Amino acid sequence: MNLFVGKNHQKIASMDSRPAIIEMRDLRKVYDTGAVKVEALKGIDLKVEPGEFVAIVGPSGSGKSTLLNIVGCLDTPSSGSYRLDGEEVAELDVDELADIRNRKVGFVFQSFNLLPQITAYENVELPLLFHGTHSRERKARVELLFEQVGLADRMHHRPTELSGGQMQRVAIARALACEPALVLADEPTGNLDSTSGKDIMALFEDLSAKGHTLVLITHDGAVAKRTKRIVQFQDGRIVEDRPTIVAA
Amino acid sequence: MFNLPLILKLFRRTAGINRKRMVMTVAAIAWGTLSIVLLLSFGEGLKRNLTKGSRGLGEGIIVVWPGATSKAFGGFPQGRNLRFLPEDADLLEANIPEIALTSAEMRKWGNTVTYGRNTLTKPVVGVEPAYGELRNQIAQAGGRFLNDKDEELKRRVAFLGNDLKKELFADKDAIGETIYINQVPFTVIGVMEKKLQMGTYGGPDANNAVVPLSTFRALFGRRYVSNLVVRATSPEVNAAVKKRLYEILGAKYRFDPSDERALSMWDTVESQKVTRNIGVGIEIFLGIVGALTLLIGGIGVANIMYAVVKHRTKEIGVQMALGARRSYVIGPLVVESLSLTAMGGIIGIVVGVGLVQILAFAQSKANSDALAFLGAPTFSLGVAFTTVALLGSIGFLAGFFPSRRAVNIQPAVALRYE
Repeated sequence: MNLFVGKNHQKIASMDSRPAIIEMRDLRKVYDTGAVKVEALKGIDLKVEPGEFVAIVGPSGSGKSTLLNIVGCLDTPSSGSYRLDGEEVAELDVDELADIRNRKVGFVFQSFNLLPQITAYENVELPLLFHGTHSRERKARVELLFEQVGLADRMHHRPTELSGGQMQRVAIARALACEPALVLADEPTGNLDSTSGKDIMALFEDLSAKGHTLVLITHDGAVAKRTKRIVQFQDGRIVEDRPTIVAA
Repeated sequence: MFNLPLILKLFRRTAGINRKRMVMTVAAIAWGTLSIVLLLSFGEGLKRNLTKGSRGLGEGIIVVWPGATSKAFGGFPQGRNLRFLPEDADLLEANIPEIALTSAEMRKWGNTVTYGRNTLTKPVVGVEPAYGELRNQIAQAGGRFLNDKDEELKRRVAFLGNDLKKELFADKDAIGETIYINQVPFTVIGVMEKKLQMGTYGGPDANNAVVPLSTFRALFGRRYVSNLVVRATSPEVNAAVKKRLYEILGAKYRFDPSDERALSMWDTVESQKVTRNIGVGIEIFLGIVGALTLLIGGIGVANIMYAVVKHRTKEIGVQMALGARRSYVIGPLVVESLSLTAMGGIIGIVVGVGLVQILAFAQSKANSDALAFLGAPTFSLGVAFTTVALLGSIGFLAGFFPSRRAVNIQPAVALRYE
């Protein structure tokens, strides 16, 4: 069993009718702070097909983070439509959103966000617990994931005993735990030194090669260049959407 | 939806509070629990003592005194004094099937009671054999109460109250000894078992000498009784029996059965009800005081839980991002709060029960009337249940409200929280 080609991706070969992973139409997000209304997203149309490797770039305040929250179902849009892997998420309640995040989205954060009081193993196990995976299956799955990210020997260490690069690897293993349709990474190399950062990007490239759909949010040009498609944000709008030009 | 094993697993992994804070919180709950256990135990002890004391006079009995008519009836004017004869007890028993036991009672004050060189002035009571059971006068081991033969043969035998026996005989055995009542010799056949008596008419029973009614009448030449004592077959029919008493005695002595003042009655079922209500009232009052003390401890727990939620906001955000449902966030926090409360509660109950035992022991040793009246503090099942129920609800609420705040946080906001 090749872990990084989950069941979602095996379908690609057999079914051409597979829906887009992300499909947004005229999506808007307005923050109402009482006195002023801030429009963070001003009509986004975005489609990400299965297997794509996309970088979303733009200056801070351009709406990247808002988009990330909505894509990851951490927040809901004010208007417009958003389908994640074919499911309309606009009308789901809190627990249904939690289930969707659990099943379809794997998060990788800039500051890793591992729970400090439990071991790396238990961190990776957490989404499987929420998922309701059987304990024997859970153990096999977590051990396999640690092998894939190359940390099998550090499984039972606490996050504080790991280096930044290692913590991010644990976080990636955790993101992949429930075989999500989409891996969503927010500045995944932002807190790492350049060597670890390159390692993590290599891991992402590997995942992409194996068919995972990846969306990265970054303002690091070097990181963006290693993806296959760059979506440029400015003032809550997409100003450019192009394939990455591979430097000759 | 509600997955307890998962919640417990999550609790084991995510719980953990600064030790100093935890000790303080647990101590506050333990203190609250201790005070509620002590207060309720004292309340329970007092209530039991009141109930016991109110039974001392006799259980479920009606004492009937003749009064004076307040209505003209059958050709007689009002204001006529009534007097009852000993046979009236038999008349009542024959005519009211709901009556189980009766005794006539005659009482004389200021008699000399002598044993050896020791002479006292004491009340003497003449009664029928059923009186012992009616008025809860039970003989100590080695003796007996008056019986039918004593009554029939006008025997000169006496049953002594325990205090009277002590004054006359000190620690000597009194059974079989001869005493003199107004210079007439009597044989002591029994001494009353010590009892707690809170209601009396004509002085406490412990102070009386009791002799057969027939002997009493022969000795003092009395015709009329002081009062009658009756007991119904069950306390529920007491009201009906009282009505019948007016009718039967009214027919014999020619007074209007609706003339309330012709008889005066003491229904101990009613007075016991009042006593019990007082006991329950005291218990409720003490319970409220204890509950408020415990509530302060509960507020401490809630406070800690709010701090925990604030401290773990980011972790909660991460768990939500990974797909934790609301119950997976609330559940472990409630379990955490419940376990803090349980820890304090167990300490409080253990210390409280220990203290109650010590105090009950001290109370039984101390020779103080006030302490004797207060009764031994008692940790009853009811006290235990009240304490646990209060602890449980306080622990639950102290965890529930703070964790509700946690799940109402937007996960996107929680993730950015530092």
